[in-house]
Amino acid sequence: MELSGGEILVQCLIDEGVEYIFGYPGGAVLHIYDALFKQDKVKHILVRHEQGATHAADGYARSTGRPGVVLVTSGPGATNAVTGIATAHMDSIPMVILCGQVPMAVIGSDAFQEADISGITRPCVKHNFLVKDVTKLASTIKKAFYLATTGRPGPVLVDIPKNLTDPRIKIPYDYPKSVTLRSYNPHVKGHRWQIKKAVDMLIAAKRPMFYTGGGIVQGEASAELTELTQLLGYPITNTLMGLGAYPGTDKQFVGMLGMHGTYEANMAMHECDVLFAAGARFDDRITGIIAEFCPHAKIIHVDVDPSSISKNVRVDIPVVGEVKPVLAEMIELVKACDQKPDAGALAQWWKQIDDWRSLDSLGFDRTTDIIKPQYVVEQLWEMTKGDAYITSDVGQHQMWAAQFYKFDKPRRWINSGGLGTMGFGMPAAIGTKLAFPDADVFCVTGEASIQMCIQELATARQYRTAINIVNLNNGYMGMVRQWQEFSYGSRYSQTYLETLPDFVKLAESYGHAGIRIDKRADVRDALEEAFRQKDRTFFLDFHTDPTENVYPMIEAGKAQHEMRLAPGVNPDTELA
Amino acid sequence: MKCASPPASTPTRSLPKPMSHIISILIENESGALARVAGLFSARGYNIESLTVAPTQDATLSRMTLVTSGNPEIIEQITKQLNKLIDVVKLIDISESTHIERELMMVKARAVNAGREEIMRLTKIFRGNILDVTPTTYIIEITGEKSKLDAFLSTVGEENIIEVVRSGITGILRGERGLAV
Ligand SMILES: Cc1cc2nc3c(=O)[nH]c(=O)nc-3n(C[C@H](O)[C@H](O)[C@H](O)COP(=O)(O)OP(=O)(O)OC[C@H]3O[C@@H](n4cnc5c(N)ncnc54)[C@H](O)[C@@H]3O)c2cc1C
Ligand SMILES: Cc1ncc(C[n+]2csc(CCOP(=O)(O)OP(=O)(O)O)c2C)c(N)n1
Ligand SMILES: [Mg+2]
Repeated sequence: MELSGGEILVQCLIDEGVEYIFGYPGGAVLHIYDALFKQDKVKHILVRHEQGATHAADGYARSTGRPGVVLVTSGPGATNAVTGIATAHMDSIPMVILCGQVPMAVIGSDAFQEADISGITRPCVKHNFLVKDVTKLASTIKKAFYLATTGRPGPVLVDIPKNLTDPRIKIPYDYPKSVTLRSYNPHVKGHRWQIKKAVDMLIAAKRPMFYTGGGIVQGEASAELTELTQLLGYPITNTLMGLGAYPGTDKQFVGMLGMHGTYEANMAMHECDVLFAAGARFDDRITGIIAEFCPHAKIIHVDVDPSSISKNVRVDIPVVGEVKPVLAEMIELVKACDQKPDAGALAQWWKQIDDWRSLDSLGFDRTTDIIKPQYVVEQLWEMTKGDAYITSDVGQHQMWAAQFYKFDKPRRWINSGGLGTMGFGMPAAIGTKLAFPDADVFCVTGEASIQMCIQELATARQYRTAINIVNLNNGYMGMVRQWQEFSYGSRYSQTYLETLPDFVKLAESYGHAGIRIDKRADVRDALEEAFRQKDRTFFLDFHTDPTENVYPMIEAGKAQHEMRLAPGVNPDTELA
Repeated sequence: MKCASPPASTPTRSLPKPMSHIISILIENESGALARVAGLFSARGYNIESLTVAPTQDATLSRMTLVTSGNPEIIEQITKQLNKLIDVVKLIDISESTHIERELMMVKARAVNAGREEIMRLTKIFRGNILDVTPTTYIIEITGEKSKLDAFLSTVGEENIIEVVRSGITGILRGERGLAV
């Protein structure tokens, strides 16, 4: 088969099994768009801004586990994609970005719409390629998908000069079946002896704690994690990225940990004697000040990326490998082991944890007429029976979604944790809905975040992706305002949003439906209305308490057990 | 020795004294490979004292020698992060085993009157060569460990030195062991 470079690209995508490609055209990719036009296997989703393309592809990837694919033109198309690429990179999301480039002959001449996108993205991709020869195109695409999806996943960018896709130059096409790179051999199985040591240490623990994260979700290891945790009967917490990796409604789950984690999760971290970490990277949002992090604990850490291990916190037993096979091996070893966990010590430990739990650190005022944002999320969870896909943006609303929607399954919670990219939620919801057209997809957002990619409402309309938007509209950049309240004497510098659009009219002008909700009593009805109408996008504009804060909070410079609790919540009196 | 101050995020449980490490790297001879290494160091706040690169007998590979410093935790992260770069095929911290290190230096020195004899004598003692002679200058070539080159410069005296160019350190392991694919 003889194909042009543009046709080769499209054929590679077909051979890779790519369903959707999210993109935006321009001069440098015209040949590729012409090749796309002539086929109907790969569906192109036209976004309204290249950032939207990357987030939509990212939402597709997070919800399915398959790589998201993006196509953008050179120069401004490519630079517009950078925020979304960096977002995927920080959260280790598989993504392949195809990017037009000016023709080889003019690279380096400041040609029209030239940007050194390989140079620009080098620090925020897993790898990137500048293809210089059309005969290398297919093998490079194969490498890109291989790198993006194996080991620690991440975005891979392929920069394609326009002359390589020239329709007049045809060459034989052959998509490689497999690829090996002498410089890249990700670890899969963990070291047997290390795993054995880890199991022995876990079984001997008196106050054990499981701390797991996004790696369990990415590594498809929820079943193994759940089995191991329940086999041992130990408490477990998840990071923001790990929510759903272990069932959120199970009694062994003590809630999210970290800056806005529950009291019980952070206290159990602080007091545990053996910490089992898997697929989590000891991020500063969870450690608090490092010197006082888990002061009594021996630490076991399973991660596929050796550089995640002992990066921020020294660990005692490192296991380099993928969580799925490592956890499976641990289950076998625990079952075969003569030693059993010390039941008395464990009972005492659980009693302590239940005491912490009884503090109800996520409690909020349920009596007000004004809408409490937590209430909206709680109702959403009840209504959807915890089974919807929830995407989110960045801010207080994101934390409330994480705290109050109890995810029982992995890949249902889709948010930007590492980079914290406002504007992520709505396009990510579109990508998710395309992947699961029959599922309920809600984007829990804030009035500031949603405006960062608001133009994608048009994309949602064009492709009839019936997503629902739950706008927790507090009229503030609430998360920043909260910091200003706590740490800057309530000087609300530039965090009040004075001229907000009428979101209902805005949604309607894009062809969607919208409702504004001001009273707590109307919350459930509005949600039900959106839930009932499965064939259109609803924009639910909840006007919530503008002064509400996210609790608990580990403030800057504090240790994990020094949480600021909601007014009126006091561990000393309650637990006496 | 220059010491990088550790980035804010490094472990603080134990901080032994930073020391110099010589890391030898085999890396794909691809465009951008050098930029990936240099970018890694600047992005993560690591210190590069010197860096040399040249192709190997196998034209698809380059060999880099990188001198860096930091406490053991930082060096561990540096080697892990370097290994994580897709273009890096293999690396070894040769300063952890017996090895030979060499640096080449060329010095343009002011050589007039009695100084001409004196510098010639010093060059001989340091086993250097004089590569170029003018009525007022010499260019001297010296190879050796860093400390030897430093010693030569301080003996010649700053007031007599017009220009110094140093290659940066390269090194190789002693014995059978080596760095190869
Ligand atoms: C406003 C805001 C507030 C936040 N507050 C909190 C908070 O209170 N609590 C909190 O937890 N986070 C919070 N975050 C998120 C935080 O910034 C980090 O993104 C998050 O803690 C990282 O999660 P993780 O450790 O699970 O790592 P991830 O970023 O998910 O990394 C996954 C780890 O698993 C490894 N891995 C991947 N695949 C595999 C595999 N197959 N096998 C083995 N290992 C694998 C990777 O190498 C990596 O080390 C907040 C973010 C924002 C924006
Ligand atoms: C692109 C981007 N710019 C700035 C920030 C810093 N930031 C974090 S939260 C936030 C406010 C978000 O406001 P809103 O979307 O209304 O959410 P709320 O906190 O009010 O729920 C800002 C500005 C960010 N995370 N991303
Ligand atoms: Mg807001």
